[in-house]
Amino acid sequence: MNVTVSTTEAIARPRPDTGEELAIWNLAATVVDPEVPVLTIEDLGVLRRVVIDGSTVLVEITPTYSGCPAVDTMRDDIVTVLARAGYDDVVVRSVLAPAWTTDWMSAAGRAKLEEYGIAAPATRGAGGPVNLGLGIRCPHCGSMHTRELSRFGSTSCKALYVCQRCQEPFDYFKEH
Amino acid sequence: MNHSNHVVSTAITAESIADSSVVAPEPVAQYALGLGDDALVLAHRLGEWIANAPELEEDVALGNIGLDLLGHARSLLTYAGTAWDKSEDDLAYFRDENEFRSRQLFEQPIGDFAVTIARQLIASVYFAELYRALSRSEDPTLAAIAAKAVKEVDYHVDHSAQWLRRLGLGTEYSHERIQRGLDAMWPFVDELFRADPYATELDGIAVDSEQLRAGFDAVVPLLIVDAGLVVPSGAPAQGGGRLGLHSEALGPMLAEMQVLARAHPGATW
Repeated sequence: MNVTVSTTEAIARPRPDTGEELAIWNLAATVVDPEVPVLTIEDLGVLRRVVIDGSTVLVEITPTYSGCPAVDTMRDDIVTVLARAGYDDVVVRSVLAPAWTTDWMSAAGRAKLEEYGIAAPATRGAGGPVNLGLGIRCPHCGSMHTRELSRFGSTSCKALYVCQRCQEPFDYFKEH
Repeated sequence: MNHSNHVVSTAITAESIADSSVVAPEPVAQYALGLGDDALVLAHRLGEWIANAPELEEDVALGNIGLDLLGHARSLLTYAGTAWDKSEDDLAYFRDENEFRSRQLFEQPIGDFAVTIARQLIASVYFAELYRALSRSEDPTLAAIAAKAVKEVDYHVDHSAQWLRRLGLGTEYSHERIQRGLDAMWPFVDELFRADPYATELDGIAVDSEQLRAGFDAVVPLLIVDAGLVVPSGAPAQGGGRLGLHSEALGPMLAEMQVLARAHPGATW
């Protein structure tokens, strides 16, 4: 069954074609971001490649930010998940190019993020400048009447906002 | 299940470079070392703000910016180290002051918040220009590190530009303090755009620092004037960081940064 996927989707989630590699991909895709546990590494677009090379499984991931310490945890979790499925010879490698962008976040991921109380990133548009946004919507009450408190938040990928209507502070997953 | 044969690459970004079979050619390694030192030294300085910034949000902001720079430093130093079979830690912790090649802007003490914002403005615009150009390098590893970094430093530019405005157009007192900060950091601008002695034989791979000046001059003086401030004039500092010549600020900073690794070589936690 052929499902047509958009170009962005194909770049964001380059799933393998063959049966076993796809099965391994699907296992690795259950690993979540330790800082934002509602998002899987597949939702984030962090999972980049799965290849079987002889008896070795090579999994490639890409860091969200250059200094992001969550990458270590994701790597360990991938090894654990695959070991449980009987894959003992696993190499997880991180790749830098193409550089990660929040445009790779899946629609499902965006919805889960909002549900979790984190405003989803605005889209950047391929290679272009940041789109002119109308504002960041409060994930609690839906108001657009929000204010940036701090461009930098609890992790590299988030900024801190406050809603002027419901007065609740919330995290915004920065477009990147 | 047999868990004993995991071939686990300890692959955060920097280590993945170490694990890959990529080896930096000697001149490229020499060049990458200087860039890595710039990022490392400023990352360490920014870390000094944690729990010391004027407000909690700035502790977090300066810490996050430092973390990004540390990420760049790790990648660059790891890549440089592939040429000499040295790790990022060997290079960061076991070289002495005269072996560091960072330009002198980065090692200056953090001063007050205004001094730090002035330096961040200069450094962030410089890094944005540098990494934008370096992302077109013919060396694929340098290009990948730079393409990743440029997106991060764009945020850093924004952060310092906003504070520059806020302080410059704030009260008479904040205006005076940020002007003083700019005046203190400005002598170190010139060195950033002098020819990098390690870039001379790397056409198409290294960035010509002198070429970056136009981009910097198109942005920074305008931001300063828009914030109601005066672009400082006056003699540039001597420079020479790339050749291992440093101001008196670097030695004590390295002593603090390196003491633990030197007291307990090979320690991990």
